Amino acid sequence: MQSGNTLTRTVLALVAVLLIGAAGFSYVSSIRSPQFAVIQALNSLALGGLLFLLASGFSLIFGLMRLANLTHGAFFMLGAYIGANILRSYDGVNLWFAMIGAGIAVAVFGGLLERFVLRQLSSNSLGQVLVTLGMSFIVADACLMIWGGDPIPVPTPAAFQSPLRVAGFMFPTYRLVVVLCAVAAAIGLYLLLERTRLGAMIRAGVDDMQMARAVGIPVSKLFTAVFMLGAGIAGAAGVLGGPIMSAYPGLDADMLPLALIVVILGGVGSLIGAFVGSFIIGFIYTFGTALLPDLAYVILFLPMIVVIAFRPQGLFGRMSA
Amino acid sequence: MATEALSVSNLHAYYGDSHVLYGVSFALEARGVLALLGRNGAGKSTCISSIMGLLPPREGEIKLFGKTISGLAPEQISKLGIGLVPQGRRIFPSLSVRENLAVAAQRQTEGDKPWTLARIYDLFPRMKERQNQLAGSLSGGEQQMLAIGRGLMGNPKVLLLDEPSEGLAPLIVQEVGRTIKRLKDEGQSIILVEQNSQLALEVADQVVILNTGECAFVGTAEEVRANDDLITQNLGIFHAH
Ligand SMILES: Nc1ncnc2c1ncn2[C@@H]1O[C@H](COP(=O)(O)OP(=O)(O)O)[C@@H](O)[C@H]1O
Ligand SMILES: [Mg+2]
Repeated sequence: MQSGNTLTRTVLALVAVLLIGAAGFSYVSSIRSPQFAVIQALNSLALGGLLFLLASGFSLIFGLMRLANLTHGAFFMLGAYIGANILRSYDGVNLWFAMIGAGIAVAVFGGLLERFVLRQLSSNSLGQVLVTLGMSFIVADACLMIWGGDPIPVPTPAAFQSPLRVAGFMFPTYRLVVVLCAVAAAIGLYLLLERTRLGAMIRAGVDDMQMARAVGIPVSKLFTAVFMLGAGIAGAAGVLGGPIMSAYPGLDADMLPLALIVVILGGVGSLIGAFVGSFIIGFIYTFGTALLPDLAYVILFLPMIVVIAFRPQGLFGRMSA
Repeated sequence: MATEALSVSNLHAYYGDSHVLYGVSFALEARGVLALLGRNGAGKSTCISSIMGLLPPREGEIKLFGKTISGLAPEQISKLGIGLVPQGRRIFPSLSVRENLAVAAQRQTEGDKPWTLARIYDLFPRMKERQNQLAGSLSGGEQQMLAIGRGLMGNPKVLLLDEPSEGLAPLIVQEVGRTIKRLKDEGQSIILVEQNSQLALEVADQVVILNTGECAFVGTAEEVRANDDLITQNLGIFHAH
């Protein structure tokens, strides 16, 4: 019954995304050009994909640890810088290798942060949130010190540089690759959470932390593992987004609010919620900035406020944030 | 002298500043059933939480087969061999029946017949029928079976059962009673908390009666069965089913 409900809501939300997308698309086609609309639609999907990679980890960490990790945007930026640096320093290294390298580096950084800083504050959730905020400033300053204030471009892999031509339209290939990566990550995360014993342990911890400990689930190791996983995905996403956004000071602060809106919209701790919410926000933000640049943030926060008013737990959430 | 499976000595427990247990002491004999009785709010569940490490005792010592466990984390205590079937069942609602059991499985270090998924399904055939169903969608009785199965999957040396008959229909209560007897016959050491003193006294060897956080009685089940006043005075007749 419960899963039937989730299915209904998933279908409804996906239909809503498609409708919003289609409406935006036809409107933009009519006032600009169809090609412009195609580009914007793909930009929306790519942004949605990157937001999913950011928001899914944030949501998972919040669901299990009840911790709003405000360092998550900084993980994304740190990943982008590390990836850009790897690609700049070593000739012939490809983007995928840089992604894996940056993902691992950021995961290790996240693991250390969880073990040696957040763990000390485990009974003080306000303290934890403030520390993650402070840590995001430290990371931002460190990036500024190491890599300077100028944006560092990340080259698009040669294979994906030329656009695909279908039915007379040009599709920026790399945007499609980003979407495919996000979908692959979503499937991987879904299988990990729903089909493995480790995933069941994580869900048990989300359901009832104390009881999970009482049946012997090593919750402390689980916390570190989930934190590292979320950090690693965010770091890798920073590299994946590099060819679109490049690495620049303030990237963290540009991405984190969007990811927060996604999580509030989709529901805290829900993977499906993060997925659907990411693409909704991807479309709204992209078309909003293209059409009504002055009102982009209003358009962005409006759906969130509507959802909070009628469904405080978010579209797919079970717990109230 | 029989081996002590679990001993609690001079246990003091607090919720914040509120003092709930005042020097509780008792010992469970190996392969026996100890019924922990008392009115609502007497401190039975608090006792169980303290043993499990969910509410670490402020004072006193808890030993499992001679090894001190008080002060350890619940997951360590679980690994050392205490299984919990908590009041209100607290199954993981968004996990399937099978997953509820699987997450609680632990590597078996000793023991001749370790609990496995197959043996739990053998004990509760209904769990096998429902293994892919979400645990949150089970009936109260089925959730209780699942909670007991989950408690056993850790192959505990001592099983803590906190009001397993609470809120269940009489037929299901009987089934829970039969299950407890069967576990006892297999040599499982059990601490059984019950409001249903009749059910408890049928299986128990030892009885501890708590009254507002203190032991009002510690003795054998025969003594309690022979002395109705103990029950009426300490439990109140309105609780007897
Ligand atoms: N989480 C809690 N916080 C504060 N007081 C509690 C809590 N749980 C129980 N108590 C109090 O501790 C006392 C013992 O409760 P409990 O152990 O649940 O009793 P029993 O299981 O015997 O019915 C009661 O007075 C109850 O109000
Ligand atoms: Mg109780």
